[in-house]
This record gives sequence, structure tokens and C-alpha cells, in this order.
Amino acid sequence: MRGAPGPALAATYLSLLVLLPIAAILSKAFDGGVGAFWREVTQTETLAALKLTIITSLIVVAVNSVAGTAIAWLLVRDRRFALNKVIGALVDLPFALPTVVAGVVLLSIYGAGSPVGIDVAYTRAAIVVALAFVTLPFSVRSVQPVLAALDTDTEEAAASLGATPWTTFRRVTLPSLLPAILTGAGLGFARAVGEFGSVTLFSGNLPFKTEVAAVRIFGLIDSDSLPAAAAVSLALFIVSLVVLTLFSLLRRRLLPVEADS
Amino acid sequence: MSIEVTSLAKSFGSSVAVEDVSFEVPAGSLMALLGPSGGGKSTVLRMIAGLEVPDAGTVRIDGEDVTRLPARSRGIGFCFQHYAPFRHMTAWENVAFGLKIRHRPKAEIAARVAELLELVRLSGFADRYPSQLSGGQRQRMALARALAVEPRVLLLDEPFGALDAQVRKELRTWLRELHEKVAVTTVLVTHDQEEAMEVADQIAVIREGRLEQVGTPAECYDHPASEFVLTFLGPATRINGAWVRPHDLALSLEDRPGARRGTVERIVRLGFETRVEVVLDDGTDTWVQLAGRALDELALSLGARVYVSMEHARDFSAVASSPTV
Amino acid sequence: MISRWLLRAFGFGYVGFLVGIPVVAVVWRALAPGFSSAWHSVDTPAGIHALELTLESAAIAVVLNTLFGVGVALILARHRFPGASVVEMLVDLPLSLSPVVVGLALTLFYSSRQGWIGGWLTARGIEVIFAFPGIVLASAFVSLPYVVREVLPVLQELGTDSERAAETLGAGPFTVFFRITLPAIRWGLAYGVLLTTARILGEFGAMSVVSGNIVGQTQTFTQFVSAYFTNYDPAGAYAGALVLGLISMFILAALSVTRSRGERFS
Repeated sequence: MRGAPGPALAATYLSLLVLLPIAAILSKAFDGGVGAFWREVTQTETLAALKLTIITSLIVVAVNSVAGTAIAWLLVRDRRFALNKVIGALVDLPFALPTVVAGVVLLSIYGAGSPVGIDVAYTRAAIVVALAFVTLPFSVRSVQPVLAALDTDTEEAAASLGATPWTTFRRVTLPSLLPAILTGAGLGFARAVGEFGSVTLFSGNLPFKTEVAAVRIFGLIDSDSLPAAAAVSLALFIVSLVVLTLFSLLRRRLLPVEADS
Repeated sequence: MSIEVTSLAKSFGSSVAVEDVSFEVPAGSLMALLGPSGGGKSTVLRMIAGLEVPDAGTVRIDGEDVTRLPARSRGIGFCFQHYAPFRHMTAWENVAFGLKIRHRPKAEIAARVAELLELVRLSGFADRYPSQLSGGQRQRMALARALAVEPRVLLLDEPFGALDAQVRKELRTWLRELHEKVAVTTVLVTHDQEEAMEVADQIAVIREGRLEQVGTPAECYDHPASEFVLTFLGPATRINGAWVRPHDLALSLEDRPGARRGTVERIVRLGFETRVEVVLDDGTDTWVQLAGRALDELALSLGARVYVSMEHARDFSAVASSPTV
Repeated sequence: MISRWLLRAFGFGYVGFLVGIPVVAVVWRALAPGFSSAWHSVDTPAGIHALELTLESAAIAVVLNTLFGVGVALILARHRFPGASVVEMLVDLPLSLSPVVVGLALTLFYSSRQGWIGGWLTARGIEVIFAFPGIVLASAFVSLPYVVREVLPVLQELGTDSERAAETLGAGPFTVFFRITLPAIRWGLAYGVLLTTARILGEFGAMSVVSGNIVGQTQTFTQFVSAYFTNYDPAGAYAGALVLGLISMFILAALSVTRSRGERFS
């Protein structure tokens, strides 16, 4: 490595691929000064899209944290139940499936002419379903290894002291899992706020109603309003950074618990 | 091939790891670098190997200055503390590695590897992966791998450090026999004084990056150069203001000239030897190491009044008070 | 006991509702008009071209990111240097960026009209945005983290002892890399490469911004599938989704094989 061109090549690649294009967004967002940036971000349609994105993402993250923990528990602690193998095989699917396919898949069953009689296409519920679909693996796969590595000793100790299974889970197991649950929530949230493919097919993209931030940015690019698109991109990034920082602060406060277990 | 290190020094950031260390290992002999963990002995070994670059000083192998030579050109064999097995290769492939990259003829490689696996008693394990070998077997595989390239010197970093006590003892004896067979100049790092005394021709005691003493095991034990060497190489206790070996003290029920009176406070049986702790009448503590049946003959019990005499004991106070810094 | 059955019912219901039923439904719908009819909606000149384009750009981006990923993982694992955390942050950045934003970033830097260096490149006859290079760049951008993230922990866990051991046995830097380091990280690397490939083949948002979506020229396969929807031809979309889905199932299977092989040596 010493004196070899490796580091220089890697730095060039990283700059041309990531660093400079991102810098171009920052620069474009403030093309017309801070005032222009603020005007773009506070446009009513943009604000509605940002609000919708954040609220639906938080809902999805909350739902998937609960469901993901339950599923991880089934996969780790209830392995002898054969049907759980099916769950294990299905859980990774959203991760490997292209987002467009996710959109097509959801639309085919929960859209117009649904064979199961559920039609949520082009509603806000559709956004929640699509985001829950694409972020499910993050919740499950973050918790699963931690739960598997967790000693059952402490749980047995709690049980020996007379705790019910539910109390044991709530007071002993859950605190040890919380950091991992938050990690999964963070990954899921980051993915959800930027999601485009699955949502754009399934939600209908109606301004003020079902238009999420990524779709809004795409619309602005399509209509050649690049400064506005850059401003919204930056705003979206800042918002997700703030939420992720909150998650990681919370996680850090919980870490002593994790180290203890 | 002899090894000669002169005024070696090495710092990592602001912490000094090795300071002004010099010694010589005669060709064909086995030298142990002995000292407490974190005392810099591994760093000395890694500098001999070329895995660490000294800040100052020189390393000579067979008279040749190799201080600036990379590890691969020094003609050394190195065994890592955790063996550093190539996990994706079988034991056979591990041992053959050095020969393969030298493009030796296939028949020669096969013959040499077979011979080495035989030497380290792993002939039946040639096709096993390291994960399928026990700790002791991995250690022997690493040794065979290092010996395969016919190194000028063999360097072993805590070779038995990660093994349990029983295996350690077996391997120790085996290593000594191996050394007599192969007769390659060897330097071994250990924090276990018993291991160093049993295996090595010479011991270099290193503490806090500095060399405390170099000598044969007997020299170091009987003529320690400092209080540290005295206490590190074997048990020591104080009596009457003197530093003595507790096995040199005598215990009796009758008074003897020069003996000190005291009360037995604790008796600890450690199989062959027994440790008797005594509070002397002047209030100071000491202890006596008794071998075999000596205890039974005395029929000691707790609280017994005894006399501790040091007529056959050597007083090490002179070295003990000498400055060790 | 009752609570356990309730939990099982919940887990099974949730995953079934969200993943199981929809996947079964799309397979059923795609094949409902018959297999050959499904295949014909993909086997058009536009469809084949889109598939080729996606595979070609993926191949280039995977090679680039593999070289980059292994190199950066080696540097991060073996050297301490100021700015290491910045490099790690930049490498991970694509994970927290919307694909649409990735497309926008590339446009603002490379577009001939709006980009920082686009004009300079156009003057030299190089078009990036709405052309093949843009598709490659978008592919590389969104899949940048995966090789590094898979290889780095393996390298850290591996340590440097076996590399040093090979050195003491006479191996030079190239021999050490190809005979010790690379074989030791091969399963982690394979896993990373598979994730990279899966991510690229499925990319849609960034492509929508930079590819131009010109049928038979710059339309990627995901765009081809979504175009069926925009053109109110769901049957074609189901068939296309099935093809993409089968590719990802294949990658998923390869991933699980890779994972179990990798565990054998540790």
C-alpha cells in the first residue's frame, strides 16, 4: 500500500462518485441564497410531502419494531415449530426484491380488483403497507442475532424468582434487545424516508394526499426545477439525519444495559 | 547461526516498549525471553523477526546486519502466539506454503512436508483444516510450517500461552527434544519462569522494556542480578532482614543456634510440596517450603510453636538492595 | 401456551399478509394467462434490450465496486489515518440517501446542461446523463457500501497474524494478498458482491432520474417493468416482475449458500 496508487485511486473514485455530486446538491440548494432554499422547502406541497413521509415512516418503524421483534423471537426461540421456517424464508424477500417488483406485487393483491377484497391502492394506507414491506427485514435481522446470542440464564433466573413469562420478557429480555431494536428502527427509517419505487406505483402520488418526499423530488426534477429539487433533497436528508441522531443517542443511553447482559 | 541484538529500542507513540536491550544467542542454543506480560519481550522478538522496525539498535543474524531487511528476507521461522494458521488450508498445505511459494519441485515438497508432519507427530492429520485440530496440534502445525523453509533461526512467541496446563507440560518436553534433533538457534518468549528454566539454555529476563539479566537458568536462579529476578524466578521470603529461598529454610520443633521462634499460622498442601506460613515472635511473617514427607515427620498442626533456621540459606539481601532501575 | 399460539398466529399473519400472499398472488397473476404469454410480454426487443443494458451496467459497476470495496476495506482495516471516519461515512452514505436524490446528485455534477463538469465532458464528446455512463454511475453509487461492509469485519476479525506469518515464510505482498488475504475473505467478498448485484439489478429511483428511459436505448429493466404499469398493461408488469423476482430469489439462495460456506472456516 505504501507508495502504491491504491489510496489515491480510491479517493478519486469516492470523490467522483459520491463526494462531488453530493457537494453539487448542497451548492444547488443554496443557489439563490438561504432565503430561496427556505422558500422552496416551505412550499405547501413540499411541506405536505415531507410531513407525510416522516409520519408514515415513523408509524412503519414503530409497527415493524414490534412485529420484527415478535418474528425474531419466533425464529430464534420457537424454532421447533415447523411453520416458522416459512417465515424465515419469506422475511429476507423484500430485501432482495426490486422495489418496483414490491410495488407491482402489492398492487396486484391490495389494489383494484383485489382477489382478497382489500383495496388500499392510492391511499395513505398504501404508503404504510409499501414501507412496511420494504423495511421488514431490517427490524427482524437486527434483533435476531442479538436474541440468539442472549444467554437464557438470566431469563431462567427471573423465572426461578417467580416471574411470569411475560414479566420475564418485559423486564429481562426486552431491555437487552432494545439497542438492537433501535438499530433496526434506524436502518428502516433511513430506508423508508427515501423510498421511491414501491411507493410510486402503489400510492398514486396525489399531491397533498399521497405524494411522499422522494416522489416530490422526482416531480421537481422532471419539471426541471433543479434548485427546488436540491433544496427538498437537502431538507429530507437533514430531517432523516436528525431522527437517526435521536435514535443513536437513545441507543447510546441504553448501551450500558446491553453491555451488562 | 547466532543472533546478536545491540541497543534495541522501540516506542509506540509515547509509551516506551523496549529500551537499550542487548544480548547474544550462540548458534544452536535456545534462549528464553522471560518477563511479565506487557514487558516488551514480544516486541524484542518481533524486531528480531523484522515484524517491527526498531527505533534504534541493530539485529545481526549469523554476523549479518539484518536490521533493515524485511521479514521475508531474513531466513527466519516465526511462531505466533495464536499460531496464525492459514484457516483455508489443510495442515499439509499450511506446512507446504513456504516451499510452494519458493517453487520447489513437487516431489521435494511432498517428501519434506511428510517428514515435518512426522516430526511434529501430525502425520495422520495432514488433510485436516486448522478448525479441526486441537490447540496443541495447531501449535505443532505452526512449528512444522516455520521449520519447513529451513530457517536460520526459529522465533517462538509465547508458544504454549494459549494451551491448558497439562498440554503445556507435554509440549515443553517435546520442544526440548525437538530442539536437540533440529538444533536450530531458537528464541522463545514466555512469561512462565518454570517453562523458561526447563527449556532454555539461557534466559534473558526483561521487565518494563529493559534487560534485567542474561544467564543460564542456574545462574539466574542462584545469582539473581536484582530483587525482581530473585522474586520472578522462584519463591522468596524475608526473615531476619534477609532475602532467602523458602526451600532453603529449615523448620524444627527444638531450638537451634540462630533459629527464630514463631507460630504456625497456615499449612497449604500443594501435592508434593507443602507451604507452611509462620508468624515470628517479632511479629513479621515468613514461610517455609517443605518437600515430600518432611511435614509428616514434624507432625505440625496449626498454632504449633516452631523454630525457623536459616543456617543453610543464602542471603540475597545484597542483590535485593541493589538498584534495579 | 395460548400466548405462544397467539404469537405464532400474529407472526405468521403479519409476514403472510405483507410478503407471503402478495408474492403468491403476483406469481399466480403472471402465469394466469399461461407461461408462454407471460414470457412474450418480456421477450420483446425493448425488454431484451433493457435486460441487456441492466446486466451490462451491473457487470461494470460490480467490478468497480468490488475493486474499490476490497481496497478501501484493506486500508480501513490495516491503517489508522486521519479522515478514516469520513471515508467510512461517505461509503455508508448511499444507505441513507433516497435513490432519487442519488440521481439528482449525479445529474447536478455530470449533466451536460446543468452539471459542474458536464459541459467540459460534452466538449470532449462524453455524455453521462441520459446515457450508458450515467446508468453505470447510478448503479455504482447506490451499491457502494455492500462490499466494504461485508469485507471489513472479516478483515478485522482475521487480524494480521496470518499475513505476517506468510511474510516470515518468504511471501511478498502480492503472494500474501492472493494466497492468504483473498482466500480468507472470499466468502465475505462473495456475499458482498451478491448484495451489490441484487441492489443494482433492482435499482429504480436513481435510474428514473439519470437513464432517460428511452425505449430500446437507455431504458433499464426495472423501468421496462414499470412502463407496463404506466401503459395500463398489468399483465406485462406481472410477467416482468416475475422475471426480476426469480433473479432475486436466485441471488437470495446464493446468499444463503454463501453464508453457510463462510461459517465453515471460522
